Amino acid sequence: MNADSPGWTLMVVAVLLMIGAAVSLIGSLGLLRFQTFYERVHAPTLGTTVGIGCIVTASMIYFSATGTRLVLHELLILVFMAVTTPVTLMILVRAALLRDRSENAASGQESGR
Amino acid sequence: MTMVLDWSITAAQICLGLAMGCAAFRLLRGPRAQDRVVGFDSLYVNAMMLLLTFGILTGSTVYFEAALIIALLGFVSTTALAKFLLRGEVIE
Repeated sequence: MNADSPGWTLMVVAVLLMIGAAVSLIGSLGLLRFQTFYERVHAPTLGTTVGIGCIVTASMIYFSATGTRLVLHELLILVFMAVTTPVTLMILVRAALLRDRSENAASGQESGR
Repeated sequence: MTMVLDWSITAAQICLGLAMGCAAFRLLRGPRAQDRVVGFDSLYVNAMMLLLTFGILTGSTVYFEAALIIALLGFVSTTALAKFLLRGEVIE
């Protein structure tokens, strides 16, 4: 902890950390509590967008305030996650659709779980 | 003012640990394979956020690089698992 960093910066860092952690906890609780797979896919994206955004912004503000220069390389994580999360989840939902359809064709009954 | 930051870091670590627990439950007890893959995806994202929080706590930038590596390898592994579920093989 650097002593000459201003207090409001640390307050902003603290609030952003709390918001990011709470949002990711809500997303994971949704992953735990929803009933079908297609509802469950929606929940963790909350954590991967808002949660990562808040925590990465908190880290950038903290290291910029305690260091001597502006630190921006946490933006790499933010951009990378924002680009890759829709790709992975879309491929995954397509795989789930294909598996459900092949199972429905085999057994002839609805299976959403 | 640094005490506020310390307490908020502790609370954020507890929240992220609980989130990792939820994701690990879905990874272990998922009814089907795609549920396990979604749980794994959520697990590594939460672990990455925990590493960033730990980096703020200790003030070193080593944890940022670990978080970046987790982001890169987690994307590749989740995509490979999804491709395996889609086709039955990873590289066609």
